[in-house]
Amino acid sequence: MGSAPANAAGSKPEDRNSANTGTCNSSKASSLSAVNKPIISEAFAIDAVSQIDKPEHVLILRVWTTMTHQYPALTAELKKELQDIAQRIVAPGKGILAADESTGSMAKRLNPIGVENTEENRRRYRQLLFTADQRIDSCIGGVIFFHETLYQKTDDGTPFAQLIKDRGIVVGIKVDKGVVPLAGTNGETTTQGLDGLSERCAQYKKDGADFAKWRCVLKISETTPSQLAILENANVLARYASICQQNGIVPIVEPEILPDGDHDLKRCQYITEKVLAAVYKALSDHHVYLEGTLLKPNMVTPGHSCPTKFSGEEIAMATVTALRRTVPPAVTGVTFLSGGQSEEEASVNLNAINTCPLTKPWALTFSYGRALQASALNAWKGELSNEKSATEEFIKRAQANGLAALGKYKTSGSAGAAAKSLYVANHAY
Amino acid sequence: MTHQFPGLSPEQKKELSDIAQRIVAPGKGILAADESTGTMGKRLQKINVENTEENRRIFRDILFSSDPSIANSIGGVIFFHETLYQKSDSGKLFPQVVKEKGIVVGIKVDKGTAGLNGTDGETTTQGLDGLSERCAQYKKDGCDFAKWRCVLKISHGCPSALAIAENANVLARYASICQQNGLVPIVEPEILPDGDHDLQRCQYVTEKVLAAVYKALNDHHVYLEGTLLKPNMVTAGHSCTKKYTPEDVALATVTTLRRTVPGAVPGICFLSGGQSEEEASLNLNAMNQVPLHRPWKLTFSYGRALQASALAAWVGKVANKKAAQEAFCTRAKINGLASKGEYKPATPASQAAMQSLYTASYVY
Repeated sequence: MGSAPANAAGSKPEDRNSANTGTCNSSKASSLSAVNKPIISEAFAIDAVSQIDKPEHVLILRVWTTMTHQYPALTAELKKELQDIAQRIVAPGKGILAADESTGSMAKRLNPIGVENTEENRRRYRQLLFTADQRIDSCIGGVIFFHETLYQKTDDGTPFAQLIKDRGIVVGIKVDKGVVPLAGTNGETTTQGLDGLSERCAQYKKDGADFAKWRCVLKISETTPSQLAILENANVLARYASICQQNGIVPIVEPEILPDGDHDLKRCQYITEKVLAAVYKALSDHHVYLEGTLLKPNMVTPGHSCPTKFSGEEIAMATVTALRRTVPPAVTGVTFLSGGQSEEEASVNLNAINTCPLTKPWALTFSYGRALQASALNAWKGELSNEKSATEEFIKRAQANGLAALGKYKTSGSAGAAAKSLYVANHAY
Repeated sequence: MTHQFPGLSPEQKKELSDIAQRIVAPGKGILAADESTGTMGKRLQKINVENTEENRRIFRDILFSSDPSIANSIGGVIFFHETLYQKSDSGKLFPQVVKEKGIVVGIKVDKGTAGLNGTDGETTTQGLDGLSERCAQYKKDGCDFAKWRCVLKISHGCPSALAIAENANVLARYASICQQNGLVPIVEPEILPDGDHDLQRCQYVTEKVLAAVYKALNDHHVYLEGTLLKPNMVTAGHSCTKKYTPEDVALATVTTLRRTVPGAVPGICFLSGGQSEEEASLNLNAMNQVPLHRPWKLTFSYGRALQASALAAWVGKVANKKAAQEAFCTRAKINGLASKGEYKPATPASQAAMQSLYTASYVY
């Protein structure tokens, strides 16, 4: 006796840490003798308890099902690989192109510009993004793919994944399977996709992907987010992250709090802090290696129908404050989602975040979908002759956001004046 | 819990944040002079001094009446209740003596550990009853921060999930109550160094404990910018046969803190545990040289590691007062330098230790 208890799956944990192998460390030798059995697993604990009639034995059994031993989930090499991938994605001045719109979401993008939502049109559209010239190599660190797109090719037969990888940009893949309702809540959801996730990740890794994305959704209202919604989404994000890392894939953790509603900035900040605290507790509980993850949160903003207006600096201060209170410094990077923000808004806000005078131990950059593609889509309208100008629009936004990620973006529009305003001194964040 | 019912006004938050920043100002740390009567007994017995109220007063007087330049290295002093109401030889109350040097006054407010039934000798800490009223009084009597110590241990079955959850919760309750009364809470979840576990085991346990502590602080709506953390360094157990360098200890510790302590926390003031004075300084110095981003101050909150030489120099004799003060000032200065990563030990041997590489195969 002295080896660590086996886990419920029956496999013995690696005994790297037990300097006390061979000894039963106990000052209460007599009472522990009853549990001096070779294997006590969590699965067996229930059965064992029913056979034991002395209360102190029941309580001691509970002691055995503790988590004070580390059963290393990742080797040193795997940890290094994950951290390197994460650092490459958020290298200074770089961010992520979120091109992982599902087929259904692409319909919402293509319909407004009068383009039919066919597989070919989706291929042609992603092509004009991925074939942008070398100017994007210094501002795009990673591209998130949708499953279909990962296996599509350029006109001359080059697989998209290879095209992106060959130019030194990291390939990512959306792996969740959409939201499903949480019964008994006020319309809240969790996200599905865990079934067979490990096998899928292994395949995606073979097919060129080095990171993944999984989106959970929470909303703010009088009664939401509920405790269940926060807990459940944090837990499912942690399971997803754990599985990804096992397969050499950096998980981007996305707990999006929707901007819908009339709540103010402070309310969003409060909720974002609660949600992120739950997320990082869950990641700790699930033994996720934080240095090999990225966070994709919402910026802290007022709700869309909030009557009060807030400056970029106020949004930046609220956002950075919330992150400083919840996101451990070990996390390699924070890549904001753009939500419903316009292209310019998303760049201006990201820039303000990077010029906020609080200490920020992680990279703060972008993982934008619409905020990188809106102008490109409008310029394209499905026309072959428009492809070049559409690509130019995309390059422009990519460069703008690359600068914003360094706090060097100078807006040309009226937002410039707002950018000069002072931080609100007495806003109690 | 989706609505915020602000526990603190903006002015209260600012006051707490300012106090915390003053305590861990660059080059400064904390003198933990809050030994209870019983614990002082252990210190005095070692130098053959009787554990009387007067002797306790005399020794604290020696420390607090040191040269005012001590304030360059000491940002705060933690008092025990009895000491808070004792006077210096000059007739001034000790809090006043300390405050006049520009040092922040703190007070130990917990009432010791209590057994957690059904565990393998694990404990929680008591002292919440009437804590708010006590804090209000301490604030009036000159205190601006408080300290509460929880204790966990590493063994085959410890720390248990209950011990971790219960201690994290009681620390959060204490912190919340302190802040309501204008006292900055120092949160101390000490994991004892007893045992033969290795560095990696201590790191793992410390990560789990600190994650639980910060989740509890968040749940209890504690204002992190107005708190300080007083953790153990990540070290191997005392009876571990494997030896580690200060760089190993530093890298393991900083890695752990980066994974669990939000950047909003202004300072982390390590306890010295069973470390010698020099060990505690070397380790702190190594922490401040670790090439990883450290968004909080890393400094000291030392008891024995600041006072051992002073006690040994004093041995209860009036004539030794100056020598005792010099010994104390020396350690304070050294730790002040260590808190900036600027301590250069005189002896070549320890310098060689400073030069050594991190253990390459150690997986953090």
